[in-house]
Amino acid sequence: MSFLSRISGAAVLALAGAIPLPTHALNVQIGYLQQQVDHGPVLSNVIPEPEDAGFRGAELAIADNSTTGQFLGQTYALEARVTESETDALAAFETLRAQGISLFVVNAPARTLSALARHAGDDVLLFNAGAKDNALRTSECHVNLLHTMPSYAMLTDALGQWLNQRRWKEVFLITGPTGADQQWANAFRRSAKRFGLEIVEDKPWTFDADLRRSASKELPLFTQADDYDAVVVADVRGDFGEYVPFNTWLPRPVVGTQGLSPVTWHFTIENWGAGQLQNRFRELAGREITGEDYAAWAAIRALGTAITHLDGADPMTLRDYLFGDEFQLAAFKGRKLSFRDWNGQLRQPIPLTHPRSLVAIAPFEGYLHPRTEMDTLGYDRPESACRIND
Amino acid sequence: MKSLLRQTALATMIGLSAPAMASLAYVSNEKDDTISIIDTKTQSVVDTIDVGQRPRGILLSEDYTKLYICASDDDTVQVLDLASRRIVDSLPSGEDPEQFALHPNNRHLYISNEDDAIVTVVDVQTKDVLAQIDVGVEPEGMAVSPDGKWAVNTSETTSMLHWINTETFEIEKNIVVGQRPRHVEFSKDSKIAWASAEIGGTVHIIDVDNLEQIHEMSFKVPGVNQDRVQPVGIELTSDGKYAFVALGPSNHVAVVDAQTYEVLDYLLVGSRVWQLDLDKDEKHLYTTNGVSGDVSIIDVENLQVIKSIKVGRYPWGVVIDPTS
Repeated sequence: MSFLSRISGAAVLALAGAIPLPTHALNVQIGYLQQQVDHGPVLSNVIPEPEDAGFRGAELAIADNSTTGQFLGQTYALEARVTESETDALAAFETLRAQGISLFVVNAPARTLSALARHAGDDVLLFNAGAKDNALRTSECHVNLLHTMPSYAMLTDALGQWLNQRRWKEVFLITGPTGADQQWANAFRRSAKRFGLEIVEDKPWTFDADLRRSASKELPLFTQADDYDAVVVADVRGDFGEYVPFNTWLPRPVVGTQGLSPVTWHFTIENWGAGQLQNRFRELAGREITGEDYAAWAAIRALGTAITHLDGADPMTLRDYLFGDEFQLAAFKGRKLSFRDWNGQLRQPIPLTHPRSLVAIAPFEGYLHPRTEMDTLGYDRPESACRIND
Repeated sequence: MKSLLRQTALATMIGLSAPAMASLAYVSNEKDDTISIIDTKTQSVVDTIDVGQRPRGILLSEDYTKLYICASDDDTVQVLDLASRRIVDSLPSGEDPEQFALHPNNRHLYISNEDDAIVTVVDVQTKDVLAQIDVGVEPEGMAVSPDGKWAVNTSETTSMLHWINTETFEIEKNIVVGQRPRHVEFSKDSKIAWASAEIGGTVHIIDVDNLEQIHEMSFKVPGVNQDRVQPVGIELTSDGKYAFVALGPSNHVAVVDAQTYEVLDYLLVGSRVWQLDLDKDEKHLYTTNGVSGDVSIIDVENLQVIKSIKVGRYPWGVVIDPTS
């Protein structure tokens, strides 16, 4: 709540330095809409997610864009609104539209995002920096909606490739009770088929005991099976999954939403100049960067890159450029990133991490694709019903 | 004890090679906090010197008596005396110095401060900071034109070349190039500047008189995914014949006709090749290969890789002393 009252309505304006501006000036305003979601009580609540995850990444990207903009006579400002419901999000969107804003970064659940995209009209560009739902990339696409957040399928494909590459092909899947858990598990089941993995046990998590006290009793029994190479956990909000590692019946690694996890971004990535991004972020926010921060940062940097090139901020011209062959985003993942023209998804490598280290980055060598190896992650054109550019 | 042994070994080696003084190559090892010294005649490592944390950019003083080292994590530029092979001094550098370039006046050192979006200019004699110039996000590559007129900085996230007037220390022109520009190299006559863009996968040729791009090159290494072709270091032969471009994780060096900008060949070297330098008679090109932790030597006449030399972990920069 403190975060909400602190930033709501706050304009973040990064000031240009002492360099004299070129005569023509372009002022770019970007809206940031976040919907706070109550995930309910969780068993493992020791490490809370920062409330301003996403917003701080947007703030950093505005600063990065402004540093570039000072040489071109471009200034950037962020208008942020944090809401608690779909209705409030739509109202906040309308307020910002009335101020003339037509570029938005949205960190909200899929339902709110879809409502916004339907409501917004085609002269607006929205970037999804929060929702991982596959449906937003396979059937419920919108012409005005791009995604910098990876989908569940991209994450689980990264994990599937890695398991296949390690030859850990027989897995024990545990799925939590929430909708997000089911989505993650469904995505993993698809990945298992794609990458030749066998799910030898597929069990829902139904316990309601306090695992902080009884994990060592409950979990060994729960994970009894003939044999498996790894345990895969689908527990998106972090309810029970933290207690699975080291408590399995067989001495096997735990992967999935806990243990070794495919993620959007991680603070241990330092290659490709990422150390600088991490430093800048720490200095700004006083904490480590999250996946939401990265997705919001990437969205505003994509806009900044396009605006630098075009020297203009008309949403439709930007959209054409973002989907064009020329567009490339340098985003500290070791490759140039671009948007899939069928569903607006930013194609990107997926890091696999454990809490304190980077283990690997997908796609892996040997997983080939005629366009780019990054398209081995997530829904490829033939698998998606979306055609937002046809 | 270890250093005593090393000194003894070194003394022996110097004793052996004393009659024909060999030319030496210096290699900064980013993750070992050391400089490897390679005898270019025997093509082997003759000494390893402990330096500050995370050494990256290195360069020689104009009189070839000192090696300047960006010790990035120590926020300083160290000065290595080449005769004694000892760190004899350090210079104020601003935060996180990564690359730098020395003006032909042998005094003004232009340093890019990656974390601060600043270029710091230091007088290496008085140690005064002469100027701090605001540039784009993540300043990286630095070059000073041989005629001393321009200092050029590349800013990686802003994707620009910032042209700094070396008399006023002010930016006079910004040129937008491909994503993540890394390095700038001037032709000997200061008329042409070559700039690499790592993520863009391009090399941009700039006409210095008009400060305009006259050509943009891209690369296609057979059998290598286009995403992995990431140009970084550039080295030009002084006869204007060749440009060599290090292509990062594609593990190849491109050989380019410096007049027509046509790619003549791709040479396979070690993993993640970044920086390059020619030896004194320009017969051999040395490359630093970060991931494989070695240096490859290319025979310039035959355009063939003839040797690789194991150095420290993550070799970053290489410079060869033409006088030694």
